[in-house]
Amino acid sequence: MDWTWFHRLASPPHIYRVAGTLTPWFAWPAGLLIVSALYAGLFLAPPDYQQGEGFRMIYVHAPSAWLSVMIYGVMATAAAVGLIWRMKVAHAAAASCAAIGASFTFVSLVTGMLWGKPMWGTYWVWDPRLTAQLVLLFLYLGYMALRSGIDDLGRADRASAVLAIIGVVNLPIIRYSVEWWNSIHQAPSVMKMERPSMPFDMLAPLLMMLLGFTLMFAAVMLVRVRAEVLRRERGASWVKEVVS
Amino acid sequence: MSAWAGVLWRDLRLAFRRPGQVVHPLAFFAVVALLFTLGYTPELGKLRQIAPGVLWVGALLASQLSLDGLFREDAEDGTLEQMVLSGQPVAALVLGKTAAHWVITGLPLTLMAPVVGFALGVPVAAMPGILCALALGTVSLSLIGAMGASLTLGVRRGGVLLSLLTLPLAVPVLIFGARATELAIAGEGLTGVLYLLGSLAVLALTLAPLAAAAAVRIGLE
Repeated sequence: MDWTWFHRLASPPHIYRVAGTLTPWFAWPAGLLIVSALYAGLFLAPPDYQQGEGFRMIYVHAPSAWLSVMIYGVMATAAAVGLIWRMKVAHAAAASCAAIGASFTFVSLVTGMLWGKPMWGTYWVWDPRLTAQLVLLFLYLGYMALRSGIDDLGRADRASAVLAIIGVVNLPIIRYSVEWWNSIHQAPSVMKMERPSMPFDMLAPLLMMLLGFTLMFAAVMLVRVRAEVLRRERGASWVKEVVS
Repeated sequence: MSAWAGVLWRDLRLAFRRPGQVVHPLAFFAVVALLFTLGYTPELGKLRQIAPGVLWVGALLASQLSLDGLFREDAEDGTLEQMVLSGQPVAALVLGKTAAHWVITGLPLTLMAPVVGFALGVPVAAMPGILCALALGTVSLSLIGAMGASLTLGVRRGGVLLSLLTLPLAVPVLIFGARATELAIAGEGLTGVLYLLGSLAVLALTLAPLAAAAAVRIGLE
């Protein structure tokens, strides 16, 4: 098998060029999908028979919650690739994931709270999902804090990569331990997603939004990777050519 | 003598020449419990309800106190570098230092917990269960802490960052530990939760030394 494509990924100018070319291919579909999913979700989808109009929060809440976990996976994979093959570009990719992942985690928490107020009558309960999501936010914050705490770039890359991988082992443990803890303690709160099926005109905007958010993540990440690569290679001659 | 036992013995001798290392976390643990009786209520019936949380959060924070120095002092005077260069597996050295940390902090905290628990109105019958739970839980806490301490080797004044890294990872230990303590106080069977705490400790014992060894190598570069 020909591995040149893989080795070329390690070259910063190549990545810079490829990321620049790819960005609009992700950004435009993401924008179109999100706008049309918002319209479909807010105006075309029928109101829920129990929650009325309130259920429409799901179109922002569920996709961001899903992405918050997926981005951690992407970040840890990139970190592992960087650690194993000593690929600086992979470390740059992991570094640019963290802030996006933390933002999606934060958005999912805030929209969940806004949704919880009318449905559960409170902004916050120590429900397993909510607690595990909060811990995920702290994991992201710890990753970013460790990265900014170490001055030497190569060390910061590798130390934070180890932390990201430790977090992967710990994430499922946290999720299930929190679930067991609460199922013993208090009556489970009603998770709205667990109704057997959703009618198609409710589900379609959700799936569109999910795809739109994922593409948006890809676009934002590509932009951030370019910026990160430029920052790291600021002394290199190809950067001077690109910037001038 | 194998490498990890050598490191363990050396760290223990160093610690007992500076008894403060052993005594300070214990005093901290007692003061935290005291603050709860002052800040919440002196009524034993009410204190008993929050005793699991107080015991575990107190033990968790107290074992955090001495973590920052776990690798830092040896890294600053070059000892750690010599240990890594000695050709012994780094994971074994990390395991030795972590075991020493547990003997110096985790074990005394466990032995002191019945005293603190008694002051919080915990019945004597619950003490064996609490001792088992803390003995297993503090093993995991020391190992998780070793990962945090090795990751923050390159950070100046890494104390706060160390807590930010390790406390989220310690969430499962805290949850099962507090649950075991609660069951013990209620006089119910806690074998199942002890098994879970034990499996967490075994998992940490297998993976944490490897992760911490990788981080020590990175920190020394």
